[in-house]
Amino acid sequence: MDGSALLALLQQAAPGATIDAAPSVDVHTTIYVSRDHVIEVARALRDAPELRFSFLAELTAVDVWPREPRFEVVYVLVSIEHRLRLRMKVRLHGEDAHVATVSGIWPAANWLEREVWDLFGIVFDGHPDPRRLLMPEDWEGFPLRKDSPVQIRRPPHVAEPLQVTAEEFRQNVERDRLSRSEM
Amino acid sequence: MGLESEYEIPVLTTTVEKMVQWARRSSIWPVTFGLACCAIEMMAMSCSRYDIARFGAEVFRGSPRQSDLMIVAGRLSRKMAPALRRIYDQMPEPKWVISMGACASIGGVFDNYAIVQGVDQVVPVDVYVPGCPPRPESLIYGIVQLQQKISRQHLA
Repeated sequence: MDGSALLALLQQAAPGATIDAAPSVDVHTTIYVSRDHVIEVARALRDAPELRFSFLAELTAVDVWPREPRFEVVYVLVSIEHRLRLRMKVRLHGEDAHVATVSGIWPAANWLEREVWDLFGIVFDGHPDPRRLLMPEDWEGFPLRKDSPVQIRRPPHVAEPLQVTAEEFRQNVERDRLSRSEM
Repeated sequence: MGLESEYEIPVLTTTVEKMVQWARRSSIWPVTFGLACCAIEMMAMSCSRYDIARFGAEVFRGSPRQSDLMIVAGRLSRKMAPALRRIYDQMPEPKWVISMGACASIGGVFDNYAIVQGVDQVVPVDVYVPGCPPRPESLIYGIVQLQQKISRQHLA
């Protein structure tokens, strides 16, 4: 199936959505989807019987700062059933960088979206676990943004908060002492 | 140390300090702490071809409680720094640290936001071993340097 046939099928499966063909330098069909229709298109891609893109191979982002729209979120999809690959892109403006999560459709998106949020600062609305993945929890800034400094001079954090409270620690010691005295 | 031959009994005399220094430097057990490609050279050093057992330092321990030496082998990310410090704190005294390779010593080629520019910002380092990665011979030389340093450390 060539790109235009795939696009027609997809337009048929998700009638209300804005889907445009995007330029691509390789053999994979690439489409632009507007932010408002991501969930709808993703569901159609996964569920339409002639598409069946059941496998989210990769979810990442591109920063083309200082151009606007600045971010492109890229979803690389594989249809194992029909032996197809598709690259779906969503363009986002820098001051309004948020898009709906697809982790309800492809569970694999959970950590990938966490990574994109961690490194690019793109918010995924409705994400079940929106924590940082790679950077330390108290990190400020988003290092893969093009306007983020590469080299920083800051002393590293060397201490972590205790993983048990002082009260739990005392209880553990006391329990240990009692178990020894019984022997 | 000398053989007390005038009493015609096989006895060696020495000082407590020399005895303790000898014991400490002759069984430096490193904690298993490989962070990157330097760890491969560290493993090679402990295996048969280079055989660090000749210097009494071959027993890599999985627990910091049983270790005397931490070989920081590789680049240390900022997220890993608290874990490194915690493992160092868990090692019993006396303890030593070797910073192995360019990344552990000064950040190496990774002059970026994610990598600590020298583990001496996190733990006190006794010996720096240069190289990218250092050959096992270099690391053995570093351990021998550390042994000489230990024999100079006074008890009180």
